[in-house]
Amino acid sequence: MLTDIPPTTTPSAPAAARSRLVAAWARPGFRIGLLGAVVLGLVVVYLFSDVPGSLAFALEKRSLTVAAMLVVSTAVGVSTVVFHTITQNRILTPAIMGFDAFYVLISTVIVFVSGSAAFLAVDEVTLWLVQVVVMVAFSVLLFTWLFGGKRRSIHLMLLVGIVLGTFFRSFTEWMQRMLDPLDFQVLSDAMFASLTRPDELLLGLSAVLVALGCAVIVPLRRTLDVLTLGEPTAVGLGIDHRRVVMVLFLGVSVMIAASTALVGPILFFGLIVANLAYSYAGSFRHVWTLPTAVLLGMVCLLGGQLILERIFGLGGTLSTVIDFAGGLFFLYLVLRRGAR
Amino acid sequence: MIALENVTKRYDGVTVVDNVSLTLGGEGVTALIGPNGAGKSTLFGLVGRLLKPDAGRVTVGGLDISTTPSADLAKTLAVLRQDNHLTARLTVHDLVEFGRFPHSRGRLTMEDREHIERAIDYLELDAYRNRFLDELSGGQRQRAFIAMVLAQDTKYVLLDEPLNNLDLRHMTEIMRLVRRMADELGKRVVTVLHDINFAATWSDRIVAMRDGAVVADASSREIMRPEVLKAVYDTTVDVREIDGKPIALYYG
Repeated sequence: MLTDIPPTTTPSAPAAARSRLVAAWARPGFRIGLLGAVVLGLVVVYLFSDVPGSLAFALEKRSLTVAAMLVVSTAVGVSTVVFHTITQNRILTPAIMGFDAFYVLISTVIVFVSGSAAFLAVDEVTLWLVQVVVMVAFSVLLFTWLFGGKRRSIHLMLLVGIVLGTFFRSFTEWMQRMLDPLDFQVLSDAMFASLTRPDELLLGLSAVLVALGCAVIVPLRRTLDVLTLGEPTAVGLGIDHRRVVMVLFLGVSVMIAASTALVGPILFFGLIVANLAYSYAGSFRHVWTLPTAVLLGMVCLLGGQLILERIFGLGGTLSTVIDFAGGLFFLYLVLRRGAR
Repeated sequence: MIALENVTKRYDGVTVVDNVSLTLGGEGVTALIGPNGAGKSTLFGLVGRLLKPDAGRVTVGGLDISTTPSADLAKTLAVLRQDNHLTARLTVHDLVEFGRFPHSRGRLTMEDREHIERAIDYLELDAYRNRFLDELSGGQRQRAFIAMVLAQDTKYVLLDEPLNNLDLRHMTEIMRLVRRMADELGKRVVTVLHDINFAATWSDRIVAMRDGAVVADASSREIMRPEVLKAVYDTTVDVREIDGKPIALYYG
């Protein structure tokens, strides 16, 4: 923009340095580099600060947590941005489609049917696999049903998602009310998203699935840019909208399922990260918004975990804080939109 | 040519386009007129492959649109829709760049850049190229979208109500541009218009639709007669000759 160009009076040395900084700041690449440096700094602080005993032991445990954060922020960041682009909105997230609620429902059904003893006894990998398969199957079923027929309105799909989500939650609540208090406690504990103490094998499996999702989505980044213009214009520009959207939804489903099954439901996280990424990246292009969303996800998770663990001395449930902050942010977005 | 052969489209049993056979895309500007619900936008949707016909066949430049890859069609046919609401903030330049997507798949070559520059110059958008679309007036925005369509470099251009929500000056400006695109660049323009005086003044041929069928198809002068317009719009329209041009009076 013209107004952004600094005045051309003979610049003094600090002024020249400042204008160079302003010019650099205008480039999305520079901003992402800066964000990357912040993430690296946080990783170093998280890994090396406040080590109670053996450094090697702490590093081993903590790097697993960092890896889990990377998997989750990649899955959530990428899938939310893609979901926003496909649905042409910036407030609804895959969580609204009932993914999180569905995950809780699956776990509740397992506990309800077999009791908490069996829930705890079942092999983690089997449980993870069941959850991923059921969640992907659910979303693919939902999308093929909604996109297979004649009418394929995205708003109808979102509405169906909201109704299903509410249905899952009520059904879950009903079952939980009839649970043995002990079973309920075990279940509640399992339903708080937890990034610390991830299982190595599950982490590896989730990472593979998330990488697969990225391998599908990243080559389509330029097509995603065109989808920003909306379906009619995208079709006019020669995009096979229906096919592309199905492929993208499949990628999104797999990523979300893998990460939710790994750490549990993280509801509002994607919403914050994606919306911050749009403002921070300063470009609508997915080459920039996708990595920005992932890096911001890392900042949120690492920063949140650091504050919780090192400052407040609490372990575990970062998701409570994220849900709280996410809720406030959601209200802010809705109110700001209403004000315009 | 854009050829429709016995094309029918129904929504839940209601026939919106009824067995239409029509050839569009001759030299110059063709205007599509008709009352609301006549099936004009549906017809555009069918040609622009947003909708699938329940019966019949549509070809564009000899290519059957149901079998030709969408990406190939986008090199012969460009469509500008009525409602261009965007969720993301784009600059004029970003938007015009998208016009090259069918050719470059997003990787711009020197040739693409030349097309973009030419389109921006042609629509006199150079001063606004780095402005965001939501900072522009309705007329400037519409010009930016037309520049995108122009950068697409297609023989056929479909414009769906390009004058929507524009004031007098901008309506005239857009129609003048459309005319120039047809005369200077040899574009075959087909446009839906609601104002029949604009249609009569700026187009070579007028196709009038009503209840999903073509009821009149002739030169502007032949359409601009009270009995024809009465048949199309089902309301009395007076036509007077002013400075040798037929002008329809329908203000009551």
